[in-house]
Amino acid sequence: MATGRSTAPGRAGSRHGAATTVSVTPPRIEVRKTYKLYIGGAFPRTESGRSYLVTAADGTPVANACRGSRKDLRDAVRAARAAFPGWEDRTAMNRGQVLYRVAELMEGRHDQFVAEVAQAEGLRPDRARAVVDRAIDRWVWYAGWADKIAQVLGSSNPVASDYFNFTIPEPTGVVGLVAPETSSLLGLVSRLAPPLVAGNAVVALTSETRPLPAITLAEVLATSDVPAGVVNVITGLKRELVPVMAGHEDVDSIDVWGVADDARRDAELAATENVKRIIRRPAGTTDARFDWLEDRASERPEWIAAYLEMKTVWHPIGV
Amino acid sequence: MGSVPAGGPPGEGRAERRGIPGMMPRVTSDATRMRPWSGDRAPAGWGLGDGQAIPWEYAPAPESRDIVGLRERYGLFINGREVEASDKGAFQTINPATEEKLADVSRATTADVDRAIAAARRAQRRSWGNLPGRERAKYLFRIARILQERSREFAVLETMDSGKPIKESRDVDVPLAAAHFWYYAGWADKLEYAFPGRNARPLGVAAQVIPWNFPLLMLSWKIAPALAAGNTVVLKPASTTPLTALLFADVCRQADLPPGVVNIVPGPAEIGMHLVSSPGVDKVAFTGSTGVGKLIQRAIAGTDKAITLELGGKAANIVFEDAALDQAVEGIVNGIYFNQGEVCCAGSRLLAQESIVGPLVEKLKDRLATIRVGDPLDKNTDVGAINSRQQLDKITELVAAGVAEGAELYQPACDLPERGWFFRPTLFTGVAQSHRIAREEIFGPVLSVLTFRTPEEAVEKANNTPYGLSAGIWTEKGSRILSMARRMRAGVVWANTFNRFDPTSPFGGYKESGFGREGGMHGLHAYVRLEDR
Repeated sequence: MATGRSTAPGRAGSRHGAATTVSVTPPRIEVRKTYKLYIGGAFPRTESGRSYLVTAADGTPVANACRGSRKDLRDAVRAARAAFPGWEDRTAMNRGQVLYRVAELMEGRHDQFVAEVAQAEGLRPDRARAVVDRAIDRWVWYAGWADKIAQVLGSSNPVASDYFNFTIPEPTGVVGLVAPETSSLLGLVSRLAPPLVAGNAVVALTSETRPLPAITLAEVLATSDVPAGVVNVITGLKRELVPVMAGHEDVDSIDVWGVADDARRDAELAATENVKRIIRRPAGTTDARFDWLEDRASERPEWIAAYLEMKTVWHPIGV
Repeated sequence: MGSVPAGGPPGEGRAERRGIPGMMPRVTSDATRMRPWSGDRAPAGWGLGDGQAIPWEYAPAPESRDIVGLRERYGLFINGREVEASDKGAFQTINPATEEKLADVSRATTADVDRAIAAARRAQRRSWGNLPGRERAKYLFRIARILQERSREFAVLETMDSGKPIKESRDVDVPLAAAHFWYYAGWADKLEYAFPGRNARPLGVAAQVIPWNFPLLMLSWKIAPALAAGNTVVLKPASTTPLTALLFADVCRQADLPPGVVNIVPGPAEIGMHLVSSPGVDKVAFTGSTGVGKLIQRAIAGTDKAITLELGGKAANIVFEDAALDQAVEGIVNGIYFNQGEVCCAGSRLLAQESIVGPLVEKLKDRLATIRVGDPLDKNTDVGAINSRQQLDKITELVAAGVAEGAELYQPACDLPERGWFFRPTLFTGVAQSHRIAREEIFGPVLSVLTFRTPEEAVEKANNTPYGLSAGIWTEKGSRILSMARRMRAGVVWANTFNRFDPTSPFGGYKESGFGREGGMHGLHAYVRLEDR
């Protein structure tokens, strides 16, 4: 537990320069962060009162993360459902600006993210820096799609009768996102931005072994303009939570990217109960090896399309 | 919107001159014109109350069956050849209007399905998958042309096998099936324009399972986009309606389609499950009930197969007080009694604004009296036979539940044929949202009438269902059409019309009505894998 804070640059006590003149001043005791869940715009602890120990990539204990429960997940789905209509009704340009602002605020916490990602994933600082840079840029890339995706995916259809017939994309609703296990921040951002820019509300299960950068991302979301409940973040054990998410009747889509291979079939079986849209990793890829730094692989309009329903309207043409 | 001429949606006449099916409204106006009185009601002196049948008989106008060379036995279509089932097994297909056997049809075994999949794989690897798009296109154009040339043969056979009125198979099912092949033919060599910045690659072998309500049309919805994108297919038609699919095999032969590109394996539901579960297929496409759709989704859980599901519905048809009521009546009738109501997107819940529910229901009852139920091959028939005994039992059971739960039943006084599976057009008033007839898909000619006061209440009630396939909106106010359309959680929204279909128009559901789209550019997406260019 003790080493949790030490790798965060810029947070050591050096700003209190005046104190250095007095050699007898005792060392400042750091105020550690409690990592909590993010549900409906608030940061509650898990209602279950449970936690699990999170270690750095090198095995050093870092923090006690919430071991979220079935009930936490239900609360998160309820918050997402409540937030969905408002988010869906935002104008496309507004949604784009809101997501862009997430990038702005992440930039302000850049060093903190670098430290947390380096610690969680065992990356060298330059590599961790590249990961955080890319995570921020990915928000910008997807934010730009907000007011364009309908033009690319929508159509007016030349039917052989006197109707104006058009097809427009609409968000599916509440999305359950099982985040990548390996890439704690960039992988999460790359999977979170597409359903969000499409106008869905999301309940995200973080990486189980590397959950802390996701909670810091939640803090960014809470202070950005993303409305409360549009993104909810749950930490915990996937074997407990994935079946609940997959079987939840009020979750419309599930991204099974971060579900372990040997658990995917069961998750998908549970998901059929309400005909969930099941979004999978591209065939032939693995979670551990996926190169999130590769823009061509991770920036895909079809990933946005996966969270959209196509609505076709027939409007008569007459006098 | 402005004013709309009575007797049908705007442009109806022009559309018909272009050969576009007018469906029911046409016959309606004929029928009402023949009344010897003017207005909606019979004068007192005629001794007729509302809802009574027209007091004379139409002369029969049967379509000739000569065009169909019905055979005693049909085989499977595998690798370009008609073959017996490996165990020589067969099942009967019945004419639902007469309960007579039409033919024996080979019943595919799992081994036959495996052979069909292997044939499809070979064809995909060796011939079809390597064929340039422009050559694939020409095969599909050929198929469209042959369907047009043999249209009456297909229409009559479809009506005999399914029970649907010849008017519909002739004017809707077959022309639309041909149009689907025509539309997707042109995409085969233009895929790069459908997916900008991406290379669209075929998925491989598609397993396709289709229902009995639009047998040939659903075949075309499945096969045309699959082939255009470079896939090969194994298709299982419904076991009560295999004949037009097997006649389509003959179209493939006439078109010189390479062997194995299309394979057709009639059989029971287990054969369909074996087909979609096979590790040899890359893509699953299913149209049918939500219950079976869930089973199919389960069957492919944990695999990398692509899937599209077009499932059930419980569509709301919303009529506002400013709607053109006579036009709405035609749309409501077309919405629920078209194809005996055996339509996944049928407008089975009428949501009428409270202020007009009285006159609207009166007009509906009046209109129901003119609907002709009977011989599907008769050109004047509006409502034909229910597809199977099993389906008739289901409709009967749900209608009984409607009565038992307290809704008020109305059926016009019309004679039903002595033989065959028929059901009277049925209308329920006083329906509560909790009634089974308001929640469950009946898949029959049964309309439930509910009411609303405000647009918000209409939205709430329309969306209060696990389904989300289609919706209808009737109002003269254009901005209300668009705002209501936006708030419907449904994949297809018809404004001042209902049950319109077109190959360029994407079709498919929200929620438990399934996912993926058929028709239009979006229909291609279900059959391709996108790669970086």
